[in-house]
Amino acid sequence: MKNVILSFTILLGTWLLLSGVYKTLIIAFGLFSVILTIFFVRRMDKFDRYQVKFDIRFFKFIGYFIWLLGEIAKSNIQVIKTILQGDKNINQKMFYKKTTQASDIGKVIFANSITLTPGTISVSIEGGDILVHSLNFKETDLDGLSEMDKRITNIEVSK
Amino acid sequence: MEIFEILLNVLSWIFVLVGSFLMVLGAIGILRFHGFWARLHAASVIESGGMIFLLAGMCLQAGDFLIFFKLAFIGLFLFITGPTSTHALASAALLDRSKPKKESN
Repeated sequence: MKNVILSFTILLGTWLLLSGVYKTLIIAFGLFSVILTIFFVRRMDKFDRYQVKFDIRFFKFIGYFIWLLGEIAKSNIQVIKTILQGDKNINQKMFYKKTTQASDIGKVIFANSITLTPGTISVSIEGGDILVHSLNFKETDLDGLSEMDKRITNIEVSK
Repeated sequence: MEIFEILLNVLSWIFVLVGSFLMVLGAIGILRFHGFWARLHAASVIESGGMIFLLAGMCLQAGDFLIFFKLAFIGLFLFITGPTSTHALASAALLDRSKPKKESN
């Protein structure tokens, strides 16, 4: 029941914010779609009990996001420098980075964060390791990635 | 009130100009770099830095909560879909090339 109320609020809120037309008919359409969606989702639940777990702490995630924006700014400056200097002297490298996240969502956040910061791209996840490609590899980059890894493990709900 | 509006306009213009500048730099990087992987990195300047600054500038110009929310929504989705598309490109390229030796750090 808690889940139904939560998804009803989120779906209807999204509808109201995205539509911007507040006439009775339109809002009735919105209500109808939301109720139909929730009905379908509940029905599907009976066939397929797979649930995506979203085990992260929300407020810590906001803090992490702000830290990530700072990292994106820093690495943007690095890559822009490389662009202006040309790619004569860059040291491209592919390497595996160990992850310490327990949940899938934590690994997804880690891989997405690696790609979001320019200069590093996560190519694939193999078990507990992420294959990372780096534009201009320095040994200190590994410390930055380890710090990111530690912070994401920190926002996970520990069991 | 007047001075506040002018400040907001100036700030949003700075954001939009910085964002456009980053987009142009990313495009220059794509043309200048050699090889697939280096070009992918140049493109990620566009999709992270350029996108954030342009959307932030437009959010300040919006003046309407609904438009502000829509722009924020676009930003949120680009934060998820941008890395996903880059990852799709990268893993497709990986099929073509040899993998590096496995060593965990």
